Amino acid sequence: MAKKRTIRTIPQERTRPHEQDPVERAKNFSEVTCVFSIEDAVRESERCLFCPDPKCVEGCPVGIDIPGFIRKIGEKDFRGAYDVITDANLLASVCGRVCPQETQCEGPCPVGENLEPVAIGRLERFVGDMAIQERWTNIPYVEPNRYRVGIIGSGPAGMACAADMAKAGCEVTVFEAFHVPGGVLRYGIPDFRLPNEVIDAEIDNLRALGVRFECNTLVGRLFTIEQMIGEMGFDAVFVGTGAGYPRFMGIPGDSLNNVLSANELLTRCNMMRARDSSHDTPLPLGRRVAVIGAGNTAMDAMRVCMRLGSEHVYCIYRRTKAESPARVEEVHHAEEEGIEFHWLTNPIEILGDAEGNVRGMRCIRMELGEPDESGRRGPVPVAGSEFEFEADTVVIAIGTHANPIIGQTAKLKLSSRGYIEVDENLATSMAGVFAGGDIVTGAATVIEAMGAGRKAARGMKAWLGIRDTDTVYQPEPVGGEATILGIGIAEKNFVRVHLG
Amino acid sequence: MGRNGSLEAPGTRASTMLGTSKDSGYGIVTREDFSDVTFLLEIRHPLMAQAAQPGQFVIVMSHAEGERIPLTIADFDRGKGTITLVIQAVGKTTREMQQLCRIGTSLFALVGPMGVPSHVGGARKVTCVGGGLGVAPVFPQARAFKEAGAYVIGIIGFRTRALVFWEDKFRSCCDELIVCTDDGSMGVKGPVTEGIKRAIAAHPDIGEVVAIGPPLMMKACAEATRPHKINTMVSLNPVMVDGTGMCGGCRVRVGGQIKFACVDGPDFDGHQVDFEDLTTRLRRFATEEKSALDRWSESCRMTTPPEEAGGG
Repeated sequence: MAKKRTIRTIPQERTRPHEQDPVERAKNFSEVTCVFSIEDAVRESERCLFCPDPKCVEGCPVGIDIPGFIRKIGEKDFRGAYDVITDANLLASVCGRVCPQETQCEGPCPVGENLEPVAIGRLERFVGDMAIQERWTNIPYVEPNRYRVGIIGSGPAGMACAADMAKAGCEVTVFEAFHVPGGVLRYGIPDFRLPNEVIDAEIDNLRALGVRFECNTLVGRLFTIEQMIGEMGFDAVFVGTGAGYPRFMGIPGDSLNNVLSANELLTRCNMMRARDSSHDTPLPLGRRVAVIGAGNTAMDAMRVCMRLGSEHVYCIYRRTKAESPARVEEVHHAEEEGIEFHWLTNPIEILGDAEGNVRGMRCIRMELGEPDESGRRGPVPVAGSEFEFEADTVVIAIGTHANPIIGQTAKLKLSSRGYIEVDENLATSMAGVFAGGDIVTGAATVIEAMGAGRKAARGMKAWLGIRDTDTVYQPEPVGGEATILGIGIAEKNFVRVHLG
Repeated sequence: MGRNGSLEAPGTRASTMLGTSKDSGYGIVTREDFSDVTFLLEIRHPLMAQAAQPGQFVIVMSHAEGERIPLTIADFDRGKGTITLVIQAVGKTTREMQQLCRIGTSLFALVGPMGVPSHVGGARKVTCVGGGLGVAPVFPQARAFKEAGAYVIGIIGFRTRALVFWEDKFRSCCDELIVCTDDGSMGVKGPVTEGIKRAIAAHPDIGEVVAIGPPLMMKACAEATRPHKINTMVSLNPVMVDGTGMCGGCRVRVGGQIKFACVDGPDFDGHQVDFEDLTTRLRRFATEEKSALDRWSESCRMTTPPEEAGGG
């Protein structure tokens, strides 16, 4: 073992990956951030202090052994690093790209107290991308247990749950209403942030685990959850249908033509390939596009509009940059690409022409008021500050309501706002039916949905009475001062080992 | 076992029952041409045939690069395991389907049944009105009302006698049938509202009217029944992408509120619907639709002998 690392001995500068030039990339859909080279990855791995009590792992919703995989990168054992990550997370390439690391693993990294934190997300992506390139898969031998599990929705929650249940030996079928699987990864997140090949590779991994995907299948309407359990022979069901019912502003002009939800814009562009002339789906955008909202979806929508050729793309947000819910990197990239941000600005009307098309917007300036009881300063309008500007497309990216289909078609207990109610194991009010992701929590992140999918899988395994094949227990070696009669003093007589 | 319910033959896996296999897509088993623009496709999908209810719709992609278009289910046959769509070739996608969809070919994607099924309530006497292309989707409702024991008055409207279809199907489930033609070449001369007036005059106790067709026709029907305070349901078919409530492209104004036709509808109270908003929103892609059709027609002229082009 080399000399112990300290904050003074590690490389002080965080390794920067190569990025496409902002002017150039705003015209194409290729990825903005290039993957680390091997040298970059090894160098960045040297910045990890291997804390004995790693805060990054606590911050990770799926609990990846982060120091463990970084150590393997340092040893240039990239396959080993992949094995460590896939133990907790099948979707390294996806999560390395789209997780909000600054609030999860990288946020509590102690290196970040003095320097910039270890680039955990980029290292994870490096490993995931190398696995795709080298066609590594970690397909454990699984003893089939004859249980059948149905997963509704092929987004991140469903994929994570499917992976765990397949690894436990269940026969897993994932139902997707769209014609291609992937959920929000496919329709929502644009190619320059998450290329389709990455999603395809992750889905192939699931298929290799024995997971079956059934597209063009709208559960609830083609058959119900009750039928899945009662007639179709499913022993357990996971509902991961996402929040997906976009909110509109409720201001005059809401239903004008060329006012569309970010979901619609992104679906037309990403999934239906409207930007490609060989595809039939239209997506006309004007010269001036105003996007309302400043979350990750808003950032994606704005950057898509730039790439589709709009000359001016405005971000309209009633709070300040500091309150923006988007990943720091996304706001930064959007700024670099020429998005015009209008912080502290609230729309009050969308203006239309005689044909029912958008011609502009009326907004009002806001300022931050006194902190409320939660300490957050709410935006309040500045009297007399209304102003108008020209726009020919308005994109609404202010969040979603719960999708009603499952609630309309299954007797699951819902919250007053239409989300599915679950207990601490993510079990719903119907025996054998679990739920997780946005349809339970409201809109959240990809990795939180995956974390929920995995948690539901644990609940499902317990409910089905399946021994958790991810984890087996074996006694520590007998002897030494740490044990008395072979029993660990600190009750640590069992350690976790990994199979596969 | 308790696993051999109606959705699954003994010993089969649920997944083999789900639609047809991916390799073959969704196979077309019947095609019938009603006119040079209107044609019927019967498509094999046993599970959907089981599930379909009156008022529901599907989303179709004819090929991998195609659009997702919503089409109301015009009929379903649970025994044969098929659903029926009646399509009007008006834009690029539907004209292309008219050319390419033959018996033995298959659709790339077919998902449904979508939307909230029509409420076939306790009305003793109902009028089911179909105008033009709306004739087909109102049929399942007329049949369902008949099966529920109601006295059903069917009113179907066409431009001219040559375009009339499904008269026999309606006769089989309607206690009375009024055929309207714009030019008077068959039945009552005039629009379907003419038929509604006659029906209301003859039957003051009509409890419900269901009207399906172009927005202007549905609006006229709603206006015809409003003075009589007859509950009038209309089926809206705005532009959609996913059909699952995810994009909001199909939003309509009903009673001053925004509703999504795909998951809150497609049936709404015709007296509450803002038809002006609907017709405006239907023009949303007018420019793009026209240029797509022009480009496509041009490419057909270049590859198809003129006498075959458009004829299907």
